[in-house]
Amino acid sequence: MIKYISFFRMRFINGFQYKIAALAGIVTQFVWGAMEILLFQAFYRTNENAFPMEFSALTSYIWMQQAFLALFMTWFWEKELFDSIQTGNIAYELCRPTDIYTMWFVRGMANRASKALLRCVPILLMAYLLPKPYGLVLPSDLVLLAWFLFSMLLGFLVVVAFGMIIYGITFYTVNPMGVRMVSQSLAEFLAGAVIPLPFLPDSIKKVVELLPFAAMQNAPFRIYSGDISGKYLYQTILLQIIWLVIMVVLGKIIMHSALKKLCIQGG
Amino acid sequence: MIKVEKLSKTYQVLRRNAGLKEAFQSLFQKEYEEIRALDEVTFDILDGEMVGYIGPNGAGKSSTIKVLSGILTPDSGTCVIDGRIPWKNRKSHVREIGVVFGQRSQLWWDVPVIDSFELIRDIYMIPKEKYESNLEELTVSLSLEQIIKTPVRQLSLGQRMRCEIAASLLHSPKILFLDEPTIGLDAVSKLAVREFIIQLNQKHNTTVILTTHDMQDIEALTSRILLIGKGKILLDGSLTNLKEHSRNQSASLDEIVAQLYRQYEI
Repeated sequence: MIKYISFFRMRFINGFQYKIAALAGIVTQFVWGAMEILLFQAFYRTNENAFPMEFSALTSYIWMQQAFLALFMTWFWEKELFDSIQTGNIAYELCRPTDIYTMWFVRGMANRASKALLRCVPILLMAYLLPKPYGLVLPSDLVLLAWFLFSMLLGFLVVVAFGMIIYGITFYTVNPMGVRMVSQSLAEFLAGAVIPLPFLPDSIKKVVELLPFAAMQNAPFRIYSGDISGKYLYQTILLQIIWLVIMVVLGKIIMHSALKKLCIQGG
Repeated sequence: MIKVEKLSKTYQVLRRNAGLKEAFQSLFQKEYEEIRALDEVTFDILDGEMVGYIGPNGAGKSSTIKVLSGILTPDSGTCVIDGRIPWKNRKSHVREIGVVFGQRSQLWWDVPVIDSFELIRDIYMIPKEKYESNLEELTVSLSLEQIIKTPVRQLSLGQRMRCEIAASLLHSPKILFLDEPTIGLDAVSKLAVREFIIQLNQKHNTTVILTTHDMQDIEALTSRILLIGKGKILLDGSLTNLKEHSRNQSASLDEIVAQLYRQYEI
């Protein structure tokens, strides 16, 4: 266990080095969030009742999304991992008394967490200071906040586990680009990163909400804004846990069988 | 004690001729050729031996090292190292071995060397005293003092290689695999690396298995040579044995080896 914690620390510190990148990220996220809200506002002005989420719930959703982008973006890949698969540098990692799956999982967590931590505070603060209904609304009670945090942790782990499956598949395809492009475009849309899932037509929404992608950012952000509550909240959390387990097991199986067949070519 | 018996491994290599037509055809029908990288390789290595493993490019040197270090699963044959089968007991096996691939790096690029060392300490769960004494010893004998706090990306190749070797010895492995450790190094660094390896072997009785194309490495370091070609062990003996195979006694080692390669048609 210590070795994984130590590895987490190392990657975490490593991620903390890039301050300018974080600053640029913060500005981008803030502007992006603002533009998205203005766009939605134009729609809401025409007919407020035509939309499935309240405007203030939507703005909270968007600000949360921008603040914690690093935790949930499915298009963020670690070049180093693809490189180590493609170039065979993974040979060294296999010479260590560690489990590759766990190691890479921890690494993914550390990278995302360090990025998110650097970026989230200023964005949340700025969003909070914005006037109603554009700003971030604080949660009504502590219980809700606790559910939100728990769900966010689960969603974060689902994202990392999803990434692990893609890395595993890369062992078979040699070149990672294809799998990456398909999976990330699909995941982005189905996770509710492009538009929140409630905006989808009902029949499609019913299916999409059961998919693993809905267990990523969709769940915590909608819990936060109160869009998911009551009985529905427990269902969502349960679904997140189920998907997390399935994804981890699937990822481990893929990785395990890939490593068995692995041959590292050249010198 | 390393016991290798009838180890075989076959790779499938994609083959097609040049040209658009051929490329198009290969979309539907791929032609593979089977390459026997290892063909019933058999040898024993005793504790504390220093063995040079030589052969032309593509002879199966790296494949053997990969099998011995648990990275590659062979098709058939057995390999037992101190009672462990490398690819089956990977985790417990790699704890006892150190590996240096001359062409790859195990140090983290962005951070000072010492950070990588500490991470390796945690990964191998090396006890504090042992880590400190090992680090001390390696720092002195590889003269790392000046460079240990520098980020890896700013080290020269020779400096980096010394750090790589230190990194692979922090957990006091019983067996050290060196895959072309002196590739690209200048004369001074080469000598330093060689001297260090001899020292290590004498002091800790570490088994060293070395693959290289540099015959001077072999001459300086090893008492025994394994020659492999086309996946088969062709010669197992001392440097003198190797020289006896040469018609021209005054030839340089490189010439003797080149002649041997021709003789065996490898």
